[in-house]
Amino acid sequence: MSTDLSKDEPSPPPDVRDWEAVQSSPEFQDLRHRLRRFVFPVTGLFLAWYLLFVLLATYAPAFMGAKLGGSNITVGLIFGLLQFVSTFAITFAYVRFADRRLDPLAGQLRDEIEEGGR
Amino acid sequence: MRLAAGVAGSNTVINITVFAVFVAITLGVVLYVNRRRANTAADFYTAGGGFTGPQNGIAISGDYLSAASFLGIAGAIALNGYDGFLFSIGFLVAWLVALLLVAELLRNTGRYTMGDVLAFRMRQSPVRAAAATSTLAVTFFYLLAQMAGAGGLVALLLNVDAKDKFTQSVVIAVVGVVMIAYVLLGGMRGTTWVQIIKAALLIIGAAVMTLWILGKYGFNLSALLGDAVKTAGATGDKLLAPGAQYGKNGTTKLDFVSLGLALVLGTAGLPHVLMRFYTVPNAREARRSVSWAIGLIGLFYLFTLVLGYGAGALVGPKAINDAPGKVNSAAPLLALQLGGPVLLGIIAAVAFATILAVVAGLTITASASFAHDVYANVIKKGQVSGKAEEVRVARVTAVVIGVVAIAGGILANGQNIAFLVALAFAVAASANLPTLLYSLFWKRFNTAGALWSIYGGLAVTIFLIVFSPVVSGKKDAAGVLNQSMIQGVDFHWFPLENPGIISIPLSFLLGYLGTVLSKDKADPERYAEMEVRSLTGVDTAKALVH
Repeated sequence: MSTDLSKDEPSPPPDVRDWEAVQSSPEFQDLRHRLRRFVFPVTGLFLAWYLLFVLLATYAPAFMGAKLGGSNITVGLIFGLLQFVSTFAITFAYVRFADRRLDPLAGQLRDEIEEGGR
Repeated sequence: MRLAAGVAGSNTVINITVFAVFVAITLGVVLYVNRRRANTAADFYTAGGGFTGPQNGIAISGDYLSAASFLGIAGAIALNGYDGFLFSIGFLVAWLVALLLVAELLRNTGRYTMGDVLAFRMRQSPVRAAAATSTLAVTFFYLLAQMAGAGGLVALLLNVDAKDKFTQSVVIAVVGVVMIAYVLLGGMRGTTWVQIIKAALLIIGAAVMTLWILGKYGFNLSALLGDAVKTAGATGDKLLAPGAQYGKNGTTKLDFVSLGLALVLGTAGLPHVLMRFYTVPNAREARRSVSWAIGLIGLFYLFTLVLGYGAGALVGPKAINDAPGKVNSAAPLLALQLGGPVLLGIIAAVAFATILAVVAGLTITASASFAHDVYANVIKKGQVSGKAEEVRVARVTAVVIGVVAIAGGILANGQNIAFLVALAFAVAASANLPTLLYSLFWKRFNTAGALWSIYGGLAVTIFLIVFSPVVSGKKDAAGVLNQSMIQGVDFHWFPLENPGIISIPLSFLLGYLGTVLSKDKADPERYAEMEVRSLTGVDTAKALVH
């Protein structure tokens, strides 16, 4: 095993690469836009949903403690389990999205930069 | 005398044997996987980035699920019902922050430490020193909690008298020595395998107990909950609704919201979690790591829900409160109830293994941060970076940290340690996460902003904790000042035990103010490079030649 130690620090190989040109290219802007358009709204959404849960548990214990039907299952337990469900669902959705919509574009850009720089 | 005699019915010989077998097997694995190791920084810190996503995901869950998760949450659910469950939800949802905003970009931008990313487009020395300071602070608080917890566990599981501090100290020292051995002999590769083995044992153990309990109740969760309520007696109904622990008054309610914030925002700023993302070759594997970790951690917390209510139903709050270790004894007592001394022995060993794996992960993170950020890049100005000399410094640092952890653990033994973990999360959420997010996403962010948010977040968090009821001024039911870390005095003025609700927004604000008020200019070229690298992973995949 050998690991490249020459470019250890963030002072990468001879800078023939024009990062700002790559950054302003339409392909990169598209990649950046796709990523941000997914992760920012979803982050806002799950944080709000989590906060709602925490606030309900804190300030509406009677509502959260209400039992469903004749069982011992409470509204709060369902809400809590729904947090698990939403976390799993967002994970699944993001992995699918990133595999299909981000990776191909990122890979293409990476190949272009790595070839162009050598 | 019964109370001081550990869990009645536990068999010390079985417990010690199972634990010794675990240590022997893991040390063997550590030596085996490192039979052809290279003495490079990449190998020592990140196993050359050679793990797969699923392997790393299992290791992450092994790193993350500490004894506090296992014993603490199960016990909290057994005694306080729903309020214990709230913890596990915060710990789980937090992983979405890591998945969506941090893991892949960090993997693509840095190599070994959090400082790599934070200092990428800033002045190296000051930002790396700051990153190392907060890394060492977080890992130290976390490490101390785990080591001190080991002492309490001994009293509980090995029939050591709760007042026998000497034997507990010996056990803390043994934990520390084994941990140092893992790190020195195994580096990140060995540590990772210890975490993988431990995660498998912990999750399988919890799964078996969960199925066992559910089987007893005909797989009817409602019946289990009903029985937990019945066993608890008069106050039983409170178990099913929130508020048993945090619902007392306005302050405790706000305290809970504050804790909830620190939990959900802290995980993605924990240095030992961040470092795990470097052990895979690329962003895609980092993504798979987190999705595996979320699956396993979520599953485990669902198990603890059943284990907690199961302990409440089958053991009962009174027996748990009467046992040494109180809340932490719920899961071991449940194991004893279900499977006798053998299952208790296995669960006890799993709890020890948990502590070992977590402290090894913390130690390697702290030693990497000191050797790479402080020694190689601040003291030696990058001249020895990544070379054998840096690895030697990292190894020496690991030994020093191990010794400090043993001493600290012995001194902190018996103290209220739960707050140390909460403190670690609060610092991670306040000092690390804002700086990390600004670095990755905000073009104008500069060196001054990074220093303000790291040092500011760290200082504010510690300042508020020092003047909180955690450190002084908490009274017991009779009005005696003996519920805080420092007893008999009261200099607290900050009402909350968890500073997150103040310190997290304040750190974001400080990072912003530091940036706009300073004369520093962000370097647009370096930002362009950082952004392009973070999104595309240029050069990362090729750094790995196996």
